[in-house]
Amino acid sequence: MTDTQTRPAADQAKHLPDVRSGPVARGNRKALKRASGRSTRKAVLKHIMLTLTGLVMLYPVLWLVVSSLRPTDEIFRNPGLVISNLEFSNYSDGWTTLSSPFSVFLLNSTLVVVGCIVGNLVSCSMAAYAFARLKFSGKRGWFVVMLTTIMLPIHVIIVPQYIMFSQLGWVNTFIPLILPKILATDAFFVFLMVQFIRGIPRELDEAARLDGCGHPRIFAQIMLPLMTPALATTAIFTFIWTWNDFFSQLLYLTKPEMYTVPLALRAFMDATSATSWGPLFAMSVVSLIPIFLIFLFGQRFLIAGISTTGGK
Amino acid sequence: MSALGELRTIGHRKVAGSSKEKNENKAAYLFLLPWFLGLAIITVGPMLASLYLSFTKYNLLQPPEIIGFGNFERMLGDERLHNSLGVTFVYVFVSVPVQLGLALALAVVLNRGLRGLSFYRSVFYLPSLLGSSVAIAVLWKQVFGTQGLVNVFIGLFGAEGHGWISDPSTALSTLIILNVWTFGAPMVIFLAGLRQVPQMYLEAAEVDGASKWQRFLRITLPLLTPIIFFNLVLQIIHAFQSFTQAFIISGGNGGPADSTLFYTLYLYNRGFANFDMGYASAMAWFLLLIIGVFTAINFWASKYWVFYDD
Repeated sequence: MTDTQTRPAADQAKHLPDVRSGPVARGNRKALKRASGRSTRKAVLKHIMLTLTGLVMLYPVLWLVVSSLRPTDEIFRNPGLVISNLEFSNYSDGWTTLSSPFSVFLLNSTLVVVGCIVGNLVSCSMAAYAFARLKFSGKRGWFVVMLTTIMLPIHVIIVPQYIMFSQLGWVNTFIPLILPKILATDAFFVFLMVQFIRGIPRELDEAARLDGCGHPRIFAQIMLPLMTPALATTAIFTFIWTWNDFFSQLLYLTKPEMYTVPLALRAFMDATSATSWGPLFAMSVVSLIPIFLIFLFGQRFLIAGISTTGGK
Repeated sequence: MSALGELRTIGHRKVAGSSKEKNENKAAYLFLLPWFLGLAIITVGPMLASLYLSFTKYNLLQPPEIIGFGNFERMLGDERLHNSLGVTFVYVFVSVPVQLGLALALAVVLNRGLRGLSFYRSVFYLPSLLGSSVAIAVLWKQVFGTQGLVNVFIGLFGAEGHGWISDPSTALSTLIILNVWTFGAPMVIFLAGLRQVPQMYLEAAEVDGASKWQRFLRITLPLLTPIIFFNLVLQIIHAFQSFTQAFIISGGNGGPADSTLFYTLYLYNRGFANFDMGYASAMAWFLLLIIGVFTAINFWASKYWVFYDD
């Protein structure tokens, strides 16, 4: 494989003069013209293909939004996106279908999400600072342990964890969902921040160290402000993953008034007969709006985050 | 560098030893305190506990009763479990290659200085943020239902519809399509990787008369193999743990006829619907073993096809 890489570079010098000589150059220009005509056509084709692919991909979601504004019987007949008259009753019906209004579930989800974000930001940035900047015994071993836990399936810990939390009486509280984040178990974010800190010039914190600054101050006053992009990426991913999370919320939240949005949707669906797909669709749209907003305004950080470390 | 690259090179790094080390120990352990607590209480402790439980019979009410390898023997004869393994393997080994192939193809198309790159990237990326939500699973259930969107479309062309989710032979395919639909995240990683391919190599090959296809096959693709590998490892690990979509679409039971009974779904049903917690723990450790083995195979095979430029 090394061959393919060195050979062209070595041969380059030999070939260049040929290209510059008279007749070849003229022929080349013609070829270039032809090629550019072909390439605009190709570019147009490419755009058509990409637009079609994108449309096919997003069609179900667009249709979901449009259908949520239609009477239920039309949902099962109309595959199009054209809307004749807006029907907001699905939203008002869906909002009150379950025993608590949908605002309760939105509030619950929000509380869990905020707790998880704060927990991840504080605990992961602290761990990342130690791994990236401090020297301590057994550092390399612990770092490997940290990286390995990224790949650990949750199932191998969930049974005893459930037993533990249920014996502590924490089922139907948000503690089992938030506590793991306060204890930096989302190692993915620790790694993301370690990578980021490594990119910050050491001179900045070393200067402070020489001035007699302790680590807590260096961390809080120098590192954290410099880490803002990594913190934003962490906050955004935590938001999306927690908002969408179903498995652990299904385990720990069983009382309807403690339900988060995904659990409410699931309960809604189980209780749904063929006649209430409209309200169900409406609440599905409501549940996706926060994700969509985050996507709109935080895309920069999302792309940066998964480009550097690879995301889910 | 990715987490995998990090693991690969970690052995080669030099240790910088100095007297300053000792002074920093205390500070470091303080900063790591939450992480250490989490490691002990949330991760390693429960892991060991579940290893212990896997050798017991335990239903939450009576104390665990040690039964040796009883759970594992039961697993050998459990046909639902064998079926769930089959379902999971088909899901993982069909959806992941298709998803990554699509991600790579679109990343390559988008990479070539195309106008509107960021727009297309957003459009393709959005589904991977939505894909794991309950709302999308609800939508999928309608779209592939007997009276769903797909059948209405098919009906426009005069063909007869099909109960994609109610038919055991097609139910799993709808979940595979859903996973393929979320190819945007690996695509963004591929795009970042494509940017790292030195333009110099490609130009040199072009001067040499290499065709576009040859340049892709001989230069871009080899340089991209570490990223393909990274995506492959992560997506396989991730796909083995899929749960939500199968749960919602099948109403929690993995139906019809166990055709969408993912391993994780069966584990959930044994442990948390039947409170067969010893058995669920044994299943969890077996899942860890499966994922470990496939990850190890992946790492081993990578020696033969992954090319590192450093």
